[in-house]
Amino acid sequence: MLKLLGLLVVAAPLLLTAILGLCMLLRIQLSERSISRLTAIAVVTGLVASLAILVTMLISDSRYVPVSAGDWVRLPDTAAPHVNESSATHEHHSTPGSPAEAHFHFTLKFVFDRLSVPFVVMTFVLCGVISAFASRYLHREQGFPRFFLFFSVFLTGMILSSAAGTIETLFFGWELVGLSSALLVAFFQDRRGPVQNGLRVWSIYRIADAAFLLAALTLHHLSGSGDFAGLAGQGAWPAGHAVISPDSALLVGLLLLFAAAGKSALIPFSGWLPRAMEGPTPSSAVFYGALSVHLGAFLLLRMGPLLEESLLLQALVVLLGLATCAFAAMASSVQADIKSSLAFASLIQVSLIVTEIGFGLRYIPLIHIIGHACFRTLQLVRAPSLLKDYNAMINALGDRQGTAAKIGVAAPAREARLYRFAFDRGNLDPILDEFLVRPITSAFLWSDRMERRWTNWLSGRHSTAQSGAGQRPLEDAAMSE
Amino acid sequence: MIGELHLPWLEIAILLPLLGAAVCACTRKLTRAYVTALVFAGLTSLCTIGEWIDFGTVHAFEAHDHWDLLQWLTGRSDIIVIDELSAPLPALASLLFLLVLLATLRTKLDRFPLSLTLLSLSLTNATLSCHDPWLLIILLSLSILPPFLELRQRRQCTRVFLVHMGLFTGLLLAGWALVDRTDGTASASGLSAALLTAAAILRAGVVPVHCWMTDLFEKASFGTSLLFLTPMTGAYAVMHLVFPVVPGWAMQSIAVLSLITSLYAAGMAAVQTDARRFFCFLFLSHSSLVLSGLELVNVIGLTGALCVWLSVGLSLTGYGLTIRAVEARIGRIQLNRYYGLAEHTPTLAGLSLITGLSSIGFPGTIGFVGMELLVEGCVEFYPLVGLILVISSALNGISILRAWFRIFTGHRFQTTVSLRSQPAERFSVVVLTLLIIGGGLWPQPGVASRHHAAVELLRLKGRGLFEIDAEDAETPALPIPKTDATLNP
Repeated sequence: MLKLLGLLVVAAPLLLTAILGLCMLLRIQLSERSISRLTAIAVVTGLVASLAILVTMLISDSRYVPVSAGDWVRLPDTAAPHVNESSATHEHHSTPGSPAEAHFHFTLKFVFDRLSVPFVVMTFVLCGVISAFASRYLHREQGFPRFFLFFSVFLTGMILSSAAGTIETLFFGWELVGLSSALLVAFFQDRRGPVQNGLRVWSIYRIADAAFLLAALTLHHLSGSGDFAGLAGQGAWPAGHAVISPDSALLVGLLLLFAAAGKSALIPFSGWLPRAMEGPTPSSAVFYGALSVHLGAFLLLRMGPLLEESLLLQALVVLLGLATCAFAAMASSVQADIKSSLAFASLIQVSLIVTEIGFGLRYIPLIHIIGHACFRTLQLVRAPSLLKDYNAMINALGDRQGTAAKIGVAAPAREARLYRFAFDRGNLDPILDEFLVRPITSAFLWSDRMERRWTNWLSGRHSTAQSGAGQRPLEDAAMSE
Repeated sequence: MIGELHLPWLEIAILLPLLGAAVCACTRKLTRAYVTALVFAGLTSLCTIGEWIDFGTVHAFEAHDHWDLLQWLTGRSDIIVIDELSAPLPALASLLFLLVLLATLRTKLDRFPLSLTLLSLSLTNATLSCHDPWLLIILLSLSILPPFLELRQRRQCTRVFLVHMGLFTGLLLAGWALVDRTDGTASASGLSAALLTAAAILRAGVVPVHCWMTDLFEKASFGTSLLFLTPMTGAYAVMHLVFPVVPGWAMQSIAVLSLITSLYAAGMAAVQTDARRFFCFLFLSHSSLVLSGLELVNVIGLTGALCVWLSVGLSLTGYGLTIRAVEARIGRIQLNRYYGLAEHTPTLAGLSLITGLSSIGFPGTIGFVGMELLVEGCVEFYPLVGLILVISSALNGISILRAWFRIFTGHRFQTTVSLRSQPAERFSVVVLTLLIIGGGLWPQPGVASRHHAAVELLRLKGRGLFEIDAEDAETPALPIPKTDATLNP
């Protein structure tokens, strides 16, 4: 019964994505009402199933319910036809140098425990609220079906990440969340700003994902399994202790901290969070106020046993959380628009949650996440109508209230610098661009010039790519093939 | 022991397109020639799929045709043969040719050489099922002809292509002649190994001798360039001609240079402003990744490399097709501006995203499990290699979305002409999407087949049956670092 419910939790959003994706691929136009209803059905089904799991767990006093959907990929056991080494194994039982068995299992395993169940329920509740809000907010918007397709991908990613029982399943969901985030930031695709910001978000996510993938595979290598149960040893979350050495825990933990920093916009990746507010309000609310931004913290919570193995790692988590908190507090207080201000306010809470995790707390950060996510969703969803209401209030009162600003009062130099620093969001993005991106792109651009020079010299004429740079579209379409 | 297929699939798959090329060359009316080419490419594709299915029923490591014409002529049954490694490759190559032909707009037929394309298909199928070294060398040399002739027809400079490919053929001929003198089965001498390694590096487009690829993409038609590179006959040649006979140092060189190429090409793709050059570097990065993965000496890594070989071929051909289809509508694409075509070409936008993401191994696509296996195989023994692979993949992911945003978003494109995709294009889109997503959601059959191939390859390698001597077999391509046994609980 529990297995069936568990599979239903995962299948509902998956099925929604498949239906919306197929309709878009086959150019079947669904009405707004049909899309909204399908989304509502999927969300309610998933929510009811997850609540049923919660009730069953409470009644049976069960703290850990694994649900395996079987092996997604399974390579048969094979006496290693090695050339010189032991075989690579996913769940390897080999020792280096021995002709061992080579087998690889990619198990689709989901876990319902004290961490995943609240997260899954929260995801369904908030996504349900936002989908109902969006079906009205985006009424007659040209990209309505596109929004709900990306939204369903996001929901699938969140559910897969939350309920993941292995690190690969978590990675699977993590990537889906990243892609849908970037595409929804660029939702208003006719304008250049949202698109540029979407690319920025995607770039940060890709770098963070690279760290996550390395961490996942290193963890396999070290612990012999990607299963969280195997990693945490005996005991359901939050009990249990990692079965790898402190040094290894530090290595994997650093990679995971890097991945979490990218996903949760911690320093030095905080720059993407206000940029992400370019997307439509419903997606901003659910992604950057409520769910997506907490995914990094969720990862750290899930990997709690690993953090506990290294004091240095815990100290680094606390430091990163506090530094981000201080930065976000300053930036939040001077932002000129409501969505940016809310983005940094959100970051303050996320960084506090990370700090709490660093201090070894488990339930408090979880409660903090749920409370913050619900509150911030409400705030962000309210944001578009707030200005309208404020203007209506001013019109009714006949005067602006409380606008006796300190205009003309010169601030001390130190305060001005601090203000500038906060207003420019710590110049984090320009710093990354200047010291990381620019040297790399300059080097490759130089190589590109040298390559063109070489081929031009060899062929005795100019590269067509260069000469084609100034051509106008449509004019040279006839010459394209 | 070589098994026998139930029908002469391979020979038909080679002769049919050859016949089609002759018929197309004799047909004056372009539309009729196009339909003829489609029919012959379709039949060839069916034959190769039949060969793949039939091979599965034979239960042998390798198999030759029933009613083998070459056996009757030469008395040898091991010339046109498919094995565990190559069984799906002719099917993949034929499908790619068919899809490219299908997605060719009728307005472009005067600029796309149909008979040369069918000739290429015949040569590709022959190459991918050839086990005789000298015949393989001849076929590889002949496969240079169609792009060369097209460049000539288009009055483009052929020097860069000719210099590189001429050098490749010369080095291959000289290297193999030296190997042949020493009986072929023994390890090649230092000189022949150096010649063969240089030839492999040239054909695979390894840095710094890769410029012929960008030159070809700039000067030849996109379709021809795509079909010359995406079946990865270069990697096949390396597997069959070079790896079996060269010593460890040569294999190490190819693996390390491929790895550097993968990273370099990923970086170069990220800064390109010309879409064709961008695609070329993207492909180069992925094909180098496959080549470096083929060097892995563990089952998981080799299985991953073989999976990525198929997924990259499929994904990047699809990705190339979308760029080609967009080019057919608006001309050469510059990635330093925004086009905003999503509204006008939503199907192409969708396919471009799916194929691009599949090539980087995004979850839910055909590339995911292959990439995971490949990186897993690397991390197991060469953590640095795993790191480079992951960085390359991350850079490619950024480049792909950057290109997608530039082509399909960021601007409101206004035109009075409909840019919607044609039914044939839509058919290609649906086939590719189903293969990519279907292979991603149900990867087990594909992965199991590649795993079996990897196991057999390594077993033969270990026994020296893969024409590798015992001493070299003991030398992995890259040094294996000692793992800390205490870390394993």
